[in-house]
Amino acid sequence: MTVIDNHEAVGMEGAPRLSEASARDYFELLKPRVMSLVVFTAFAGLVLAPGQINPFIGFIAILCIAVGAGASGALNMWYDADIDAVMSRTAKRPIPAGKILPQEALAFGLTLSAFSVTILGLAVNWLAAGLLAFTIFFYVAIYTMWLKRSTPQNIVIGGAAGAFPPMIGWACVTGGVSLESIVLFLIIFLWTPAHFWALALFKMGDYQAVGVPMMPNVCGEATTKRQIVIYAALTALSGICPTLLGFASLGYGAFAAAMGLGFVWYSLGVLRMPEGDKRMLPAKKLFAFSIAYLFAIFSALLADHVIVQIWLKAGGII
Amino acid sequence: METVELSEAQKKSRRGRNIALGVVLAGLVALFYVVTLVKFGSGIAH
Repeated sequence: MTVIDNHEAVGMEGAPRLSEASARDYFELLKPRVMSLVVFTAFAGLVLAPGQINPFIGFIAILCIAVGAGASGALNMWYDADIDAVMSRTAKRPIPAGKILPQEALAFGLTLSAFSVTILGLAVNWLAAGLLAFTIFFYVAIYTMWLKRSTPQNIVIGGAAGAFPPMIGWACVTGGVSLESIVLFLIIFLWTPAHFWALALFKMGDYQAVGVPMMPNVCGEATTKRQIVIYAALTALSGICPTLLGFASLGYGAFAAAMGLGFVWYSLGVLRMPEGDKRMLPAKKLFAFSIAYLFAIFSALLADHVIVQIWLKAGGII
Repeated sequence: METVELSEAQKKSRRGRNIALGVVLAGLVALFYVVTLVKFGSGIAH
């Protein structure tokens, strides 16, 4: 038996509106698949940074970055609930599916944002906490509330939010921002447009239906395809920067160059795709490859770093 | 006093949410405890 003391929650007809949302539905609000990429790139930043961090404090740092990213995902779902309900890709999210109320998602997101930033500041350092707070603000206020519905450059600028995690991981160890962490930021920042526009091409109908001005809808397929190739080339170049700047080996550089060529190759496939192609297979292939590319590049950076450390400990000279 | 009987599905989901919240709170307690040990541990040793 439950006492009803809040008639707003009861509904207009007087029928009780009592939640049947499971803990899993709340977890879904955190966009777990996006979070996995955030965790991975933040971990890479943490490991690649010069210096030492207590393993438990490092674990807390990753946890806070993951929860902060999840919180911004929940806030994004709160704000975008109207368009999520229309788009096939997002219609089953907890708010459009009617499992969680928008105000519940808002409270959940704000609470997790406050906790993740505060704990990161108290346990690790306040620069990293400040960067995490800025990332959440950037993703929710700048990207979701402002850019997403107002300019086809939305994901170019908004992509910065997804690029911050390795920089935060780096700041957790060093307490600062350096050229190396900016390069890690750049790799993800330049990768985002090609990755997202590949998706926007084969989900053009969805974005058209909700009026989100994605590049293919506003500037057309041809312009989008050309820009995808340009950003893929820039991503490939940024991918080899760690070697050029001396914080990764030649072996990594060769691998990154090969992966970069693959990225450009798939983007050229999209460029050659006929206008109005219904199946858009090259765009789907590029989207899948772009995810593999980012995981591969950061995995290679990690592997390269570990091999070099083992080599140095064994008395080797670089 | 106005009351309502919860359905089985509502009771089940509420129980699931309560357990999850309990686990999160217990985790937070453990987290702060270990952070305190890590942060002050070296100072106490000296």
